[in-house]
Amino acid sequence: MRRELRLSGFGGQGIMLAAVVLGRAAVMYDHTYAVQTQVYGPEARGGASMAAVVIDDNPILYPKVTDPDLLVIMSQEGFEKYGANARPDALMLLDRGLVHSRPDCAYIEVPATDDARSVLKKVIVANIVMLGALVAATGVVSREAIERAVLDQVPKGTEDLNLRALRQGYVRGEEARR
Amino acid sequence: MTRIEFMQGNAASAEGALAAGCRFFGGYPITPSTEVAELMARKMPKLGGVFVQMEDEIASIAAVIGAAWTGKKAMTATSGPGFSLMLENIGFAIMTETPLVIVNVQRGGPSTGQPTMSAQGDMLQCRFGSHGDMAILALAPDSVQEMYDLTVKAFNLAERFRCPAFLMADEIIGHMRERIDVPDRVEVVDRKPFVPGRLPFEADDDRVPGFPTFGQGHHTHVTGLTHDARGYPVTTDPAMHDALVRRLVGKVEDARREIADYRVTNPDAEVVFICYGAPARTVRQLVADRPDDGIGVLRLRLVWPFPEHALAEFPNARAFVVPEQNLGQIAREVERHVRVPVIPVSKLGGELHTPDELARVYEEVRAR
Repeated sequence: MRRELRLSGFGGQGIMLAAVVLGRAAVMYDHTYAVQTQVYGPEARGGASMAAVVIDDNPILYPKVTDPDLLVIMSQEGFEKYGANARPDALMLLDRGLVHSRPDCAYIEVPATDDARSVLKKVIVANIVMLGALVAATGVVSREAIERAVLDQVPKGTEDLNLRALRQGYVRGEEARR
Repeated sequence: MTRIEFMQGNAASAEGALAAGCRFFGGYPITPSTEVAELMARKMPKLGGVFVQMEDEIASIAAVIGAAWTGKKAMTATSGPGFSLMLENIGFAIMTETPLVIVNVQRGGPSTGQPTMSAQGDMLQCRFGSHGDMAILALAPDSVQEMYDLTVKAFNLAERFRCPAFLMADEIIGHMRERIDVPDRVEVVDRKPFVPGRLPFEADDDRVPGFPTFGQGHHTHVTGLTHDARGYPVTTDPAMHDALVRRLVGKVEDARREIADYRVTNPDAEVVFICYGAPARTVRQLVADRPDDGIGVLRLRLVWPFPEHALAEFPNARAFVVPEQNLGQIAREVERHVRVPVIPVSKLGGELHTPDELARVYEEVRAR
């Protein structure tokens, strides 16, 4: 099944990294197919950044996300630009502390930045918390795959922090499923 | 054997170049091609090769030409504005029969245009941009896999024909990441060696001379002026110029059928899409979404020399539809060779044609 994800936030939050990790998890460890694309404009350094991932069991022909069924939104500007027109049957994960609006589609409020700051003591891993929540809530990739892909991509010495961030995200994702 | 990777298109091009034996990269960073240079800067020194960031694109292509004459397989990567600056020396490389590869990750033009947005607006520039009559080789990848495979192929063609070969990528394919199966080894073609006792520009039956590498004592004179088989300028002999230019063009153009590289889908089709690069992904999606329609596709991997004979693979074609990220550059080439309508589907601005957009065009053309 083809799944289309769109991720948006502000430059520096690690939106691109999250998208790359997700695609890598799907291809390298779940042995499916994935295409990751992103907006390369000056938005990437401040403003609303956006990345997209297509995941499919079969080879992916059309590589772009046009109408995502999963959205990860980590800033208010990102919501307005890339989340507000989400289709009605989509699912959105949004950062509870940073996004004030709520969509018409189903959504999960994830305190990703709050958890990163207060539980993990590093705000920079908010994107990884969000990835954990996404995986726990949707199963879009497996937990083993996302963990291995995170470890591939993060700097040496931060492996433990990032794994804890992922697991904090799992907890949030599981709460939402209940 | 292959190994699976999740890789960016530009990185795949650099990896393909290294696998093909590229050991010199001279370049100047420009969006959306910069990642090719970045990866080369990291990896080239470890392989004993040379990476140089030059002061601009004119110097970059000059350095690449010089490196090629020392026997190295050499390349650069750029985008439209840099490619424009390189045109003069591209002509020099053609005239001096210098094998080299240029990766052009196309962005919106003219001029500096849209640095981060995709385009295919340089397809005629690469063919005709330098002055004088000429032939070149140009490949157009539609996936990360082909960024790798066709970069290897570009080197092999450049070496075989002693002619510049261009990987005419686009921002979409260059920047996206997807699965790639990286081969353990690739087939590599090396330029024909110079045979001592012969003249440095004395061609064989294939009209390609052996390569008299600098530093091996051949005392070769290399000039952009019209030259004789020794390499010395002879600029007012009409017959000599005629023979030289016809040889330089003919060695590539006459191999058109043999080196043609394209994919045919549904040859019985009445409506046939002709595509290359990123829009080919949309066309393939359209065909997969409508399996009962038998939509024809001619997907070009080698765009220049244009495989005009491939059009005859669709004997029932009533119309050719050509989606491009330009105002119909290859559609114009198709028109030269067929008598049925050729319908360009031009999309500018950087976004990829959607399957819905092409479906609408298809419905309209089919109903005619």
